[in-house]
Amino acid sequence: MRISRRILAGLATASLAVTATSCGGGGTSGSFDDTVTVGILHSLSGTMAISESTLVDTEKMAIEEINAAGGVTVGGKSYKIEYIVEDGASDWPTFAEKSKKLIDQDGVPVVFGGWTSASRKAMLPVYESKDAFLYYPIQYEAQECSNNIFYTGATPNQQSEPATDFMYKRSPAAGGDFFLVGSDYVFPRTSNTITKAQVKQLGGKVVGEDYLPLGNTEVAPIISKIKKALPDGGIIINTLNGDQNVAFFKQIQDAGITPSSGYYVMNYSIAEEEISTIGPEFLEGHYGAWNYMMSIDTPASKKFAASFKKRWGADRVVADPQESAYNMVYLWKQAVEDAGTFDDNAVREALVGQKFDAPQGPVEVMANHHLSQTVRIGEINAEGGFTILEETGVVLPQAWNQKHPSSKGFACDWTDPSKGEKYKL
Amino acid sequence: MELLLDSLFNGVAIGSVLLVAALGLAIVFGLMGVINLAHGELMMLGAYTTYVTQLIFKLPILKPFYNSYIIVSIFLAFIVSGVVGILLEKTIIRKLYGSPLETLLATWGVSLILQQFVRSVPLAYGTGLVISLLIGLFLPTTFPSKIKESINFKYFKFSSWIFAALTGVLTGSIISSSVSKLSRASARNVDVTAPSWMRGQVEIIGTAFPKTRLMIIVITLISVIAITLFLNQSAWGMRIRAVTQNRQMSDCLGISTEKVDIITFGIGSGLAGVAGVAVSLLGSVGPNVGGNYIVGCFMVVVLGGVGNLLGTVLASFGIGIMTDLIGAGRLLSIWPDMPLPLSNTINFFATTSMARVMIFALIVIFLQFKPTGLFPQKGRMVEN
Repeated sequence: MRISRRILAGLATASLAVTATSCGGGGTSGSFDDTVTVGILHSLSGTMAISESTLVDTEKMAIEEINAAGGVTVGGKSYKIEYIVEDGASDWPTFAEKSKKLIDQDGVPVVFGGWTSASRKAMLPVYESKDAFLYYPIQYEAQECSNNIFYTGATPNQQSEPATDFMYKRSPAAGGDFFLVGSDYVFPRTSNTITKAQVKQLGGKVVGEDYLPLGNTEVAPIISKIKKALPDGGIIINTLNGDQNVAFFKQIQDAGITPSSGYYVMNYSIAEEEISTIGPEFLEGHYGAWNYMMSIDTPASKKFAASFKKRWGADRVVADPQESAYNMVYLWKQAVEDAGTFDDNAVREALVGQKFDAPQGPVEVMANHHLSQTVRIGEINAEGGFTILEETGVVLPQAWNQKHPSSKGFACDWTDPSKGEKYKL
Repeated sequence: MELLLDSLFNGVAIGSVLLVAALGLAIVFGLMGVINLAHGELMMLGAYTTYVTQLIFKLPILKPFYNSYIIVSIFLAFIVSGVVGILLEKTIIRKLYGSPLETLLATWGVSLILQQFVRSVPLAYGTGLVISLLIGLFLPTTFPSKIKESINFKYFKFSSWIFAALTGVLTGSIISSSVSKLSRASARNVDVTAPSWMRGQVEIIGTAFPKTRLMIIVITLISVIAITLFLNQSAWGMRIRAVTQNRQMSDCLGISTEKVDIITFGIGSGLAGVAGVAVSLLGSVGPNVGGNYIVGCFMVVVLGGVGNLLGTVLASFGIGIMTDLIGAGRLLSIWPDMPLPLSNTINFFATTSMARVMIFALIVIFLQFKPTGLFPQKGRMVEN
C-alpha cells in the first residue's frame, strides 16, 4: 500500500491532470458546469512525509467524495473540485514559497496544508499579506488567531486540559504527582506551561519536567529523574514527538515504569498510526486524548474509517489529524455554497457558524476560526486502538489559553471588527 | 551507596552506547585517518539487519529459536555492515586516501545514498543484494591458488559474480514471498522487539537494572576485548598497527597495505553494524537512526585521542558519567545543602538539552588545553 501511495503522491505532483481526472469516478453524473482548483500543501518528502502524506490521502478522498456527490454548487452552477498538490519537503521556508506559488501563479481560492507549528508560522505572513486563506488541520499549542488561517485541530483546552483533569481526578493514579516529558520545541513547552498552571489550580504538584532535544534518543537521564521524583508511581504527561516516543516507551518499560507499577502516561501526540509504529505491547494501559478515535462507535465514524480503508488499503488506519483534514474540506465546501462565491472574504464570513456532522460528532466553526469539538480520553489496548473511557460534551475552542499566564483573559473574535485577533474579555 | 551505584550504572550505560558506536570509527578514523561520515549509516544497516533477522526468525521453521535471534543478528550485522564497508573501500575510499576533504564529501554522499536506499528498496531485496555482494566478493578468494594464478581467473571471477547475482535474486524473492513485511519498500520507522528474556530488569545488590542496558554493556565489552586482542595478538593486527605507524616502510617489508586497508575498514564497518544492533534495542529503526549518533562518535574519538582505543573507552565512559551527573542533577542529591547560587546553576543545567550544552562546552575547554585528546599518539608519524 505504501508503494502505491507514494507513487500516487508523486504522480499527483508531477502530472496533476492524470491523477485528478482518474479520481472522479462514480457518483451522480460526470457532467459539471465548470471546475475549481484548490491547493494541497503538505510534506511529501523529508522527515514529516510519513505523517503528512496521510493528510494528503484524506483530503484527496474528501474531494473525491464531494465530486462524486455532484461537486460544489455555486450560483446554480456545479463545479468539479480539482487539486494541485505541492510538496513542502519538511522545510519551513519551502512551505511559504509554495504557498506564494499556489496563490499567485495557480490562483487557488483556498489552500489546505501544514502540520508542524513551524510550517504554519512560516506560512502565516504569506497568507496575511496576500489576504488568502489557509486551512490548518492539526491539534496545536494555540496562542495564535489569524484572520487568514482556519484551524480545525484541537486547542489545548480541547485536548490537554480535559486530559490533565482526567489524570488528576479519575485515573488509577488520581491525586498523584505529575512529571512532564516533551521534545524540545514550541508545542511541548507551551502545552506544559498550561498543564503546570492547571495542576496548580487543581491542587496537585508537578515534581519535574524535562525536554529531549529533537533527534536525541538517550532517555536514561530522564528515567533516573522520573524514578527519583516519582518513586512510587504517578502521572507522566508525554509530549514527545515521533520516533522519540519509541525510545521513551521501550526504555521506561525496561526500567519498570509501567502501569502495573503505578506509572500512567498520558500522551498528546500518539494516535492510532503511532501506536502501530511503536507497538501496542509498549503502550498498553497508557492513555491518549483526542477529538477523534478510530474506535468511536457511530455510523459516521465507521463510514469514515471504512471509506478510507476502501480507498487506500485495508491495512490503513485513520486518526485524529486525518479526521480534522477531512472536516476542513467539507466545511470549506459548505461555506462556499452558502456564500455563493469562491471569493475569500465572503467565504470567510460564511464559514463562521458552519455546522458539520463530522466522524467525531457535530462540529461548528466559531468566531475565532477554530472548531468546537468533543474531547475523548482513551486507554490504549492490546489491539493497537483506544478503549474510549470518557467523552466530554462539545468544548468551545480557546485561541488564547485561559490558563497560560501570557494570554489569560484574552479572546479572539473575527466577526466583530472592534474585537479582532486579541481582545480583553 | 545505592545512589552511587545507580549513578555509576547509568553513566556506564550511556557511555557504552557511545563506545560501541564509536569503536568502529576509532579504528577507521583513528587508525586509517579516514573521515567516514557514512559510519552512522553503517550502524543503520546493522539495525535493519536486526529487524530483518527478527522477522525471519518468526517464520515457522525458525520459530523455536526465536529467543536467540538477537545473538545471531550481532554476527549477521557485523557481516552485513562489514561487506558494505569493504565495497565502499574498494570502490570509493581507496581512491581518496590522503585527501580528507574529498573523503568527507564522498562519504557524506554515500550516507545519503544508503538512507534513500533503505527507504525505497524493499528490505527483502536489500538482503538479497547484500548476499550477492558477500558471495561475489568472497567466493573468488576461496578458489585454489592454481585457478587464482591462471590466466583465465577473470572469467572465473566473472562467473562467480553471476552466480552471486542469481543467488541474491533468489534469496530476495524467497524472503519477499515468505515475509510480507519485507516485500514492500517503506520510509516508515520499524521496530525491533527484544526477546522476552531480555526485557524487564534484574536486581543486583538491591538495585534494579534494565536488562537491555546490561546486554548493551556486555556487547560493548565483548567488542572492545575482541578488537584489542585482534589488534595486539593476531598477525593481521600486527600488520594493521605496522601500516598505521609507517605505511611506506611496511610496504617495503612486504606487507600488502591494500589488504590491510580492506581488513581494517571492513572490521571498522562491521563494528558499526554491531553498534546498530545495540541501538535498535533502545529506540526505533529508521533511515535516520545512525545520523543521530555520528556527532557523538566523532566527539568521543577526538576527545580520546585519535588512534588510541583506550582513550576512546575512557572518553565514552567519561562523557556518559558526566551526562548522567549533569542531566539528572545528581550533584544535588549527593550534596543536598549546597549554597543557593550553585544549586540554581546545577538545576539550570539539569535538563537533557542543557546537559548537552554543558558537555560540549566542557569538551571545548578540555581540547583548548589538550588539543590532541586524552592520549595523543606519540612518535614520529605525528609530526608528518
